[in-house]
Amino acid sequence: MTALLVPLVTGAAVAFWICGPIMVAAAVAMVLSRKAVYSALYLALVMVNLAIIYASQDAPFLFVVQIIVYTGAVMMLFLFVVMLIGVDTRGTLVEKVKGHTPASVIAGIGGFILLAIAIGRGLVGPAIGVEAANQKYGGNVQGLAALLFGQYVLAFEATSALLITAAVGAMVLANVERLTPKFDQTARAKARIEEYATKGVHPGPRPSSGVYARHNSITSPALLPDGSVSPDSVSAVLVQRSGLSDAVALAAPAKEAFAALDVAQGEDEEIL
Amino acid sequence: MNPNFYVVLAAILFAIGIVGFLIRKNALVVFMSVELMLNASNLLLVTFSRVHGNLDGQAASFFVMVVAAAEVVVGLSIIVMIYRARQSANVDNENLLRY
Amino acid sequence: MAPTGLFPLAWLLIAVPLVSAAILLLAGKAANSWGHYLGTLAPIVSFVVALALFADLLGRPEAQHAVSVPLYTWIATGSWSIGVGLLIDPLSILFALLITGVGGLIHVYSIGYMAHDPGRRRFFAYLNLFIAAMLTLVLADNYAVLFVGWEGVGLASYLLISFWQHKPTAATAGKKAFVVNRVGDLGLTMAIFTMLAMFGSSSFEAVNAGASKMSPAWVTLLGMLLLVGACGKSAQVPLQSWLLDAMEGPTPVSALIHAATMVTAGVYLVIRSHAIYAQTSAAALAVAIVGTVTLLAGAWIGTSKDDIKKVLAGSTMSQIGYMMLAAGIGPIAYPFAIFHLLTHGFFKANMFLGAGSVMHGMNDDVNMRHYGGLAKVMKITYYTFLMGYLAIIGTPFFSGFYSKDSIIEAAWEKQPVLGALALIAAGITAFYMTRLMFMTFWSSKRWADGVHPHESPAVMWVPLVLLAIPSVIVGMVMNAWIAGWLAPAVGGEVPANPSWLPHLSLIGVVTLVVVIAGVGVAYMIFGRTSIPESVPFTRNVFTIIGRHDLYGDAFNEAVFMKPGEALTRGVVAVDSGVVDGAVRGSGALTLGLGGGLRKLQNGYVRSYGLTMIVGVIVVALALIIGRLV
Repeated sequence: MTALLVPLVTGAAVAFWICGPIMVAAAVAMVLSRKAVYSALYLALVMVNLAIIYASQDAPFLFVVQIIVYTGAVMMLFLFVVMLIGVDTRGTLVEKVKGHTPASVIAGIGGFILLAIAIGRGLVGPAIGVEAANQKYGGNVQGLAALLFGQYVLAFEATSALLITAAVGAMVLANVERLTPKFDQTARAKARIEEYATKGVHPGPRPSSGVYARHNSITSPALLPDGSVSPDSVSAVLVQRSGLSDAVALAAPAKEAFAALDVAQGEDEEIL
Repeated sequence: MNPNFYVVLAAILFAIGIVGFLIRKNALVVFMSVELMLNASNLLLVTFSRVHGNLDGQAASFFVMVVAAAEVVVGLSIIVMIYRARQSANVDNENLLRY
Repeated sequence: MAPTGLFPLAWLLIAVPLVSAAILLLAGKAANSWGHYLGTLAPIVSFVVALALFADLLGRPEAQHAVSVPLYTWIATGSWSIGVGLLIDPLSILFALLITGVGGLIHVYSIGYMAHDPGRRRFFAYLNLFIAAMLTLVLADNYAVLFVGWEGVGLASYLLISFWQHKPTAATAGKKAFVVNRVGDLGLTMAIFTMLAMFGSSSFEAVNAGASKMSPAWVTLLGMLLLVGACGKSAQVPLQSWLLDAMEGPTPVSALIHAATMVTAGVYLVIRSHAIYAQTSAAALAVAIVGTVTLLAGAWIGTSKDDIKKVLAGSTMSQIGYMMLAAGIGPIAYPFAIFHLLTHGFFKANMFLGAGSVMHGMNDDVNMRHYGGLAKVMKITYYTFLMGYLAIIGTPFFSGFYSKDSIIEAAWEKQPVLGALALIAAGITAFYMTRLMFMTFWSSKRWADGVHPHESPAVMWVPLVLLAIPSVIVGMVMNAWIAGWLAPAVGGEVPANPSWLPHLSLIGVVTLVVVIAGVGVAYMIFGRTSIPESVPFTRNVFTIIGRHDLYGDAFNEAVFMKPGEALTRGVVAVDSGVVDGAVRGSGALTLGLGGGLRKLQNGYVRSYGLTMIVGVIVVALALIIGRLV
C-alpha cells in the first residue's frame, strides 16, 4: 500500500484526505439529521469510509470486518429498528434543560482539544508500520489469527460467551408474552354464530361480485334476485377508491340480447 | 502518512459523537452517536497499531467490534421494549428517576 | 493539743441539734405535740456540753487552750487532703456558748411566740438546723468545714426568713437573702480555692503558718476575698440589702439569726483569718473602712424607720460595723471585736425579743407610730428592753459601754478618721435608740381602740429577764479577762493592767458627751412633742434617704439587676440569633443546597451525560496539568 502515486504522496494520504472530510461531514450530518433513518445512513457512510481508512493503514482484515459487521450487520439492525418503531419518531426541538445545547457543544469542543492534545502527546516519533508484523505469519489475517487464537484466546472465548448472552438477552427482551387465548377457527365460528343469534348478522360468506357478459371485474356489484344492487358484494376499499359500477347499465346489454332472443323465438314459432 | 492526522480525525469524530449523544433526544440517534465514538476509538487503535508496529491494536479493535455488536443487539432490544411500553423513543420521556 | 477528757465528745455540740432537727423534720405530724420541747432541749444540751468544755479549758494552763478534735478524713487526693475536725479554742468556745446560750433562750421564747402557729414543729426544726450549722461554722478546724457550716447557716436563714412563705414579701426576702449571701459565698469559695492552691490545705493551722510566706499581692487578694465573704454573711456594705428585708421572718428568727449569731459569722471569719490580715495592711484597712461605712449606714437607716424591727435591724448593721472596724484595726482590737460581739449578742437578742413581745401585745403591729406609752402596760418587757437600750447606747457600766468604748478608743489611736466617724455614729445610735424608746414605751398612747396591749406569758418574759442580766453585767465581768483569754487564739495583745473598771481617757469622755448629746436631741424632737400617727411629710434629705434604706435596693437594681437583665436579654438574643441562627442557618443552607442540587437530578440522561463529560474533562485536565508541573 505504499506505492507512490505522486512523489511524497502515498495512497494512504490520498485515502485519508478523501475519506476524512467525508467522514467528518457525514458524522455532523448524522448528528443534525431530523430523521433517524437519515442518521443511520450517514453513520453507514462514516463506517464505510472508516473501513477504507483501515485498509489504507494496512489492516485488510479489519477493513472487511468493518464492512461486514458494522455496515452490514449493525447498521442494518439499526435500520430494522428504525422501521419497527417508526421512521417519523422525530425529536422535538424544544430544549427542556436550560443552556444544555451550548454547554454540550462546549463540552464537545473541550473534549476534542483534550483528546487531541493528550493522545497526541502519546505519539513518540514516526509510525513503524505493520508490514513486518504482517509478514511474520505470512499476512495480516494470519497475524491476527495468531494473536486471537494464541495470546488472546481466553478473551476471544469470553467474547463468544458475550455474543451468546447478547443473543439470548435480545430474545428475552423482545419476547412478548401472550396474555389472552389465541382467537382460533373454532372460536371464530362460535363468535359468528353467536352474532347471528343475537344481532342477526349473516353468518355465511358475503356474496361474490357480479359477473356480466362484458364485465367480470371485482368492482362490479352483484344483482339480487329482485334486480336490486347488493352493496356487500364489493370490497369497501374498492368502493372508497373508485365507487360502485352501475350494475343496471352493465346488465342492460344482456337484457337486450334476451329480449331479441324472445323476439326471434316468436318468429320461429310463426314460421314453424 | 503522519499518525497525528489520524489522531486528530479520531478526536473530531469522538467529539462529534459526544455532542450527538448530548443534544439528540431520539434514543436511536443517541445510540448511533455511541457507535460513532466506538468507531473513533477503533480508528485510534488501528493507528497506534501501525505506530508501534504490532498487531495488538488491530486485535483490540476486533474485540471492540465484537463487543459493540453484542451491545447493539441488547441496546436495540431495550429501545424496542421501551417503545412498546411508552410509544416513544424520546430519551427525555424516560425521566422517572428524578427529584 | 490532742483531745482528752470531755473533748472527744465535742462533736455532740453539733450532733444533738442536728439529730433533733432531723427527727422533727422526719417525724411529721406525730411530733407536733412534743416537737417544740425536743427542739428546745437540743440547744440546751449543747449549751451544757459547751459549758463543760469551757470549764475544762478554764482549768488548763494557757498553752493547752486550743484543742483540736479530728473526726475523720473527708477528702484526700494526691497533694492535699481535707479532714473534718473540730477546733476548740478560746475563740470558738465563746462563740459556742453564745450560740447555744442565747439560742437556747430564743428557743424557749419561741415556744410562747409560736404557740399558735401551725408550722411550729417545722420552725423548731429549722432553728435546730441553724444552731447545728452555726456551731459547725465556729467549731470547724479548717475553712472547708467552716464553709459547710457557712452554707448550712445560709440555708437555715433562707428557710427561716421565708418561714411564712404564704406571704410574698417573706418569700422574696428569703430569696433575696439567699442570693446576696451567694455573692459573699463566691468570695469565700475563691478564698478557699486560693488557700488550697497556695498551701495544699485549708486548715487554720496551715493557713496561719503559711500566711507570712505568701507574696503581698496574693495575701491581699486572699484578704479581699475573705472580706467579700464576710460582707455577705454580716450584711456589710455593699451586701447589706438583705438584712432589713430579713425582718419578714418571725421575730425569734430576727433575734437569733440577724442579731446574735449569723451576722457575726463574718466577724468571726475575719478574726479567724487574723494571720492573713496581719500580713496585708491594705486588706485590713478595707475591712475597717467597710465596717465604718456600714456602721454609719446602719445608724442612718435606724434614724428614719418607723418599723421597730427595721430600726433594730439598722442598729444591728451598725453594731456589726463596729465589730468589723475593730477587726480591721489590727491585733490590738481583735478581742474588742469579739467582746462587742458577745455583749451585742446579749443585748440585741434581748431587744429583738422585747420587740417581739411588744408585737405580741400589739396584734403583730410593727409600726412604732401606733405604739406609745407601753411602759405602763408591759412592765417586764419595758424594763428588760430598757437594759438593752442602756447597753447599746453605751451607758457607763453597762455591757455595751465597755466593748464599744474600747473599739472607738482603739480606732481613734490607729485610724483617727475612722475613729471620729465611729464616735459620731455612737451619737447617732443614742439618738435613734432614744427615738425608739420614746415612740414605743414613753410618750402618750396612740394605739387603736381594738388593741389591748398586755404582758407576754412567762415562757416569753423569762428569757427576756435572762438576757437582760448579761446585757447589764457581762461587760463588767469580762472586761478585765477577755483580752487575755482571747489573745492566744486571735493573736491579740494582752493589755498591761486589766481591770473591771473602764479606764478613763479623753476619748472615752468625748464619747460619753456625744452619746448624751444624741439622747438630748432625741428628747428635744420626740420627747417634748406628740408623735404623729402617720408618717410626717419631710423635706429632710437625710430622712428620705434613710427611709429608703439609703437606696441600697435601687442601687442594686440599677447597677446589677438591670444590666444583668440586659445581659440576659443580650445572651438570649445572641443565642437565638447567632447560635440558633448558625444551627438553623446551616440547616437552611443544607436544605437550600439540596434544593438547588436537586434540580440537577432532572431525570434527563443527556444532562447526566454532560455532567459526566465535564467531570472527565476536569479530571483529565488535572492529570495533564499535574504532569506538566
